[in-house]
Amino acid sequence: MSSGAAEIVFDHVTKRYSGRDAAALSELSLDIPAGTFCVLVGPSGGGKTTALKLVNRLISFDEGDIRIDGRSILELSTVELRRGIGYVIQNVGLFPHLTIGENVGTVPKLLGWDKKRIQARTAELLELVGLEEGDAKRYPAQLSGGQRQRVGLARALAADPPVLLMDEPFGALDPITRHRLQQELRRLHKEVAKTVIFVTHDIDEAILMGDRIAILRNGGVLAQYDTPDAILAHPADDFVAEFIGEDRALRRLALHQLGDLELEPLPAASNNLLQASARSTVRNAVSLMLDAGTDSLVVAGDDGNPIGVLPLALATKLLQS
Amino acid sequence: MIASNGPVIPNFGQASSCVLANRTFCWDWARAHWHDTLWPALEQHIELTAIAVGIGFAISFALMFLAHRFNRVVQPIGIVSALLYTVPSLALFQLLVPFTGVTTTTVEVALVAYTLVILFPNMLDGLRSAPPEVLDAARGMGLTRSQILWRVEIPLAVPAIVSGLRIAVISTISIATIAATLLPKGLGYPIFFALQDPQPFKTEIYAAGALAIGLALACDGALVVTRRLLAPWAVRSQS
Repeated sequence: MSSGAAEIVFDHVTKRYSGRDAAALSELSLDIPAGTFCVLVGPSGGGKTTALKLVNRLISFDEGDIRIDGRSILELSTVELRRGIGYVIQNVGLFPHLTIGENVGTVPKLLGWDKKRIQARTAELLELVGLEEGDAKRYPAQLSGGQRQRVGLARALAADPPVLLMDEPFGALDPITRHRLQQELRRLHKEVAKTVIFVTHDIDEAILMGDRIAILRNGGVLAQYDTPDAILAHPADDFVAEFIGEDRALRRLALHQLGDLELEPLPAASNNLLQASARSTVRNAVSLMLDAGTDSLVVAGDDGNPIGVLPLALATKLLQS
Repeated sequence: MIASNGPVIPNFGQASSCVLANRTFCWDWARAHWHDTLWPALEQHIELTAIAVGIGFAISFALMFLAHRFNRVVQPIGIVSALLYTVPSLALFQLLVPFTGVTTTTVEVALVAYTLVILFPNMLDGLRSAPPEVLDAARGMGLTRSQILWRVEIPLAVPAIVSGLRIAVISTISIATIAATLLPKGLGYPIFFALQDPQPFKTEIYAAGALAIGLALACDGALVVTRRLLAPWAVRSQS
């Protein structure tokens, strides 16, 4: 179902707002490989939303260039460009006067798809984002906040754009709904293989969601651009170190699932009572061990049977890598 | 002209005792004069109202686009229409006579002026009621300016536009009765005529008044139904 992803390149992009001395973005250069989930994160004033809106030209830049699959975005008309880019925002912005189905079908309709194709696509997308077919006939006001953002995502994916821009999409949701949608978006990203640029001010969300994270500081200066693991292991400077927090070692351990590690074999007589699921993170396992005052823990597979032992020392070794 | 519509006791011989005693309401008179007095007055009244609201709606719609495009014109339009509204309708009809004479045009010009005061601000508010995030999403999805106007902003303005129409229709129906001070037209005329008698004929006044009220209620009801049909989303979102 995917028309593939596209590479996005920011090439020394600078943006100044009139009437302000400081630049909103200063010579931002980013290489976002096709299919990457790239998170822009930083304090407010870091220019992350500005950077996002430059890509679909809701905001224009002053210097530099942005290329999608090698082609400058200035070569296309804004309308053409935007129809090839999915756009999801914090307050969703569903059309209140259109049903859910009509909302999702907006861009396909503009592109001139026939009715049957739009209907089939809408049904497919509603299922993909976890809504029911019957929801297509409801109006946005009849949905919960979480459901609305699911519709927003479906609407952005409707014409199968290679690029998806998401501006704090989960910022207005309660923590439980937000967490569920974060998990689902990760799963969805694996399925639909889009290049995603995702803006958030929440470093936890950035670490959880991103294949790569770009940390922007005041004035739109890129502080660091790397994988979550590399940023947590080697923050580029004090600003990044402070931004990601003093518990960065623990955050790093949270990136690893127990099932992915090379565990030690089970001892013959396994009377060690402390046990954790293979799906749990090393961070959780370390917490359990510290709490119980032990230095090892049995890892259980999905069927509940033990598959190996995690010594506390292995966590330390992980952090040295 | 006046004699032809004359309801007041000109023919003592045929008038019922109710009419002769000028009781509160005489059904026999209302029935007997439905075709020569009440129905024509109602018809004229509907015509006066429909033309005034129709033209007022068209002008307001055009002004709405203008104001949407050029913000500067909003204030002048608002001031002019507010000034117009302060002129008492009785006076406005007379003020227009030197220009348009004792004609239906005079009446319609005045009525249209009053509808503008009500319709224009309502429509503009409606057009501006589209939430910013909805417009942001629409632009981000690649809708053109005119697509945003016709597919998003105007549909979202429908509830406000219909609300404005409800007020405009009711007030026009009410103000149009005063047109009878100028022309023998509309439901105001039977009332006006009856009032000229030293002993005003009550049945005629009440009958015409009731018809005006009934017409206003019927139009209002029709507009409520229209709003429901045109903007089903607005109704449901309140539940």
